[in-house]
Amino acid sequence: MDKPSGAGFRRARQRAGNLLTPYALLIPAAAMFAVFIIYPLYRQFNISFYDWHIFPGASNPGVGLTNFRAMFKDPAVRTAAVNTLLFVVITVPIQIVLGLAAAAILTDRLPGRGLLRGLIFIPVVTSWVVVAYIFAYIFAEQGGLANAFLSLFASHPVHTDWLAHRWTGEAVIWIVSIWKGIGWSFIMFLAALDGVPRTLLEASRVDGAREGSVWRHVVLPSIRPTMAFVLVLLLIGASQVWIQVFLLTGGGPYGSTQVLLGVAYQQAFSFFNFSYAGAIASVMALVVLVFSIVQIRLLRRGQVR
Amino acid sequence: MSRLQLGAEPTTARASKRARRREENSHEPGLFGVRTWTKTRLALACVFAVVAVFPLLYMVSLSFQPTDDIFTTHPTLIPSHPTTLNYVQAWTENDFSRFFFNSMGVALLTVVLTVVLASLAAFAFARYRFPCKELIFYLFLAALAVPSVDLIIPQYILMARLHLTNSLPGLSLIYTSENLPFSIFLLRGFFEAIPKELEESFRLEGARTLRVLTRLIAPLSAPALAVVAVFTFNFAWEEFVVASTLIDKSTRLTLPIGLNSFIGEHTTSWGPLFAGSMFATVPSILVYVVSQRWFRRGVSVGGIR
Repeated sequence: MDKPSGAGFRRARQRAGNLLTPYALLIPAAAMFAVFIIYPLYRQFNISFYDWHIFPGASNPGVGLTNFRAMFKDPAVRTAAVNTLLFVVITVPIQIVLGLAAAAILTDRLPGRGLLRGLIFIPVVTSWVVVAYIFAYIFAEQGGLANAFLSLFASHPVHTDWLAHRWTGEAVIWIVSIWKGIGWSFIMFLAALDGVPRTLLEASRVDGAREGSVWRHVVLPSIRPTMAFVLVLLLIGASQVWIQVFLLTGGGPYGSTQVLLGVAYQQAFSFFNFSYAGAIASVMALVVLVFSIVQIRLLRRGQVR
Repeated sequence: MSRLQLGAEPTTARASKRARRREENSHEPGLFGVRTWTKTRLALACVFAVVAVFPLLYMVSLSFQPTDDIFTTHPTLIPSHPTTLNYVQAWTENDFSRFFFNSMGVALLTVVLTVVLASLAAFAFARYRFPCKELIFYLFLAALAVPSVDLIIPQYILMARLHLTNSLPGLSLIYTSENLPFSIFLLRGFFEAIPKELEESFRLEGARTLRVLTRLIAPLSAPALAVVAVFTFNFAWEEFVVASTLIDKSTRLTLPIGLNSFIGEHTTSWGPLFAGSMFATVPSILVYVVSQRWFRRGVSVGGIR
């Protein structure tokens, strides 16, 4: 035991320590975050206003908004923007609907529930590279399962080279992405549906509500925060689509399946136009950020009502 | 999923198991009213599970088929001449085992760094008051809108200047930073749900902050920590874009990049490719299976709902 004066000193030291504790706890994470995320983010915006070169010592003249203006005239960017938008519009709603459906089916007691839940989540933890290879093989022109399957229904053997044409290529990209994405929204909705108060459901049923309206007026409103979270993260993720395109079609044929991030990457690492690439990526980040904020606001307001 | 027995389960797990059993015995009305729709739901759930797992099972089958069988016009679902040659070839050729351990090292380092840094920061956000707290928190969250690949260009420039290209720990630093926002978000919600009284009684016994974290908060937050660990492990284990941009030295390649070496200029050795894919897939599925029992609770309490 400390002497009284010692205890007083200790208390004072402790109080000073308590003031500093949150900073001590926060600094390691904040420092890493600042160096590897915030600084690159700033750098990205910054270099898009220059004609920037990676070689040290090279002159990097400021070019104002040239890079941004070039973007809007670039046909490659236009195609990529259309493809990215299509990807968002097609894959996000389907992932939400199917994920929610699977979660609704597997929330209540069911034989083998745990196993089925686990299996549905497995595509999420499988790596993109592996997934791309499997599906590239399934949709291969020769010996692919997809063609073999379609041949069963067609009068002649089907020999579609799926990944070599724009729309069949896009279809494969969408199918693979939805397949891999359902498990994630599934597990989010599962947690939310589990928390829907059953007494509330019963109360509205006793009041004579039909099942459809129980879902519309009780279940869906009470999973609204999760819906918002899932929707926002899926939209962000979908607008950043690239890896599956890169691995499946490589953006081809002739850039027709390319997406925005793919154009940026190609500009940076194939043509060394770091500034132009930075401009594309910056605009994307800005659009997504504004969009997410608006969306979170809208969904929050709906919740209060 | 088969419940793995990892020695004696902690008492809390046993208690929750008992609670679950109680919940299942009580005939609480479900999401769909008095009728349980067991058969319909089971059938639909099986459809979801089969669709989710089929491509992966197909990969398992292909990995045991000789390349001659894989390269036919008629796809074979069940190997007619099963062989393990692909596995031997995949593991021994192309330095594949080295890539495997490179990836394992990067993934484990990333998990440790992320869990430690995110826990410290989340504890600061959950338990302390300090100036600009919410602002800093939202700054972290805003980074969710700018995920990994979008920042690859400035990150590459930064890493080149820091002489951290071709460095596996350098790769870990980037991965950790990418994973911090979501992890801090999840852990903060979870930490806040732990009653303050528990912590106070712990502190009365003279425990310092770090001890409170390691002995009280961490054990109680096992589900959330498991979710963070699984997501982080898989992120680092399968990450493709950053690794292929930052690393070009053949001895430092990670597994996803290494897998690419099976894709030749003109021919693809599908057999070893799928065997290699198995080496890439099994660890992430194992990690998920082992942590699955904590998984859903971790997602549901962690602030999302």
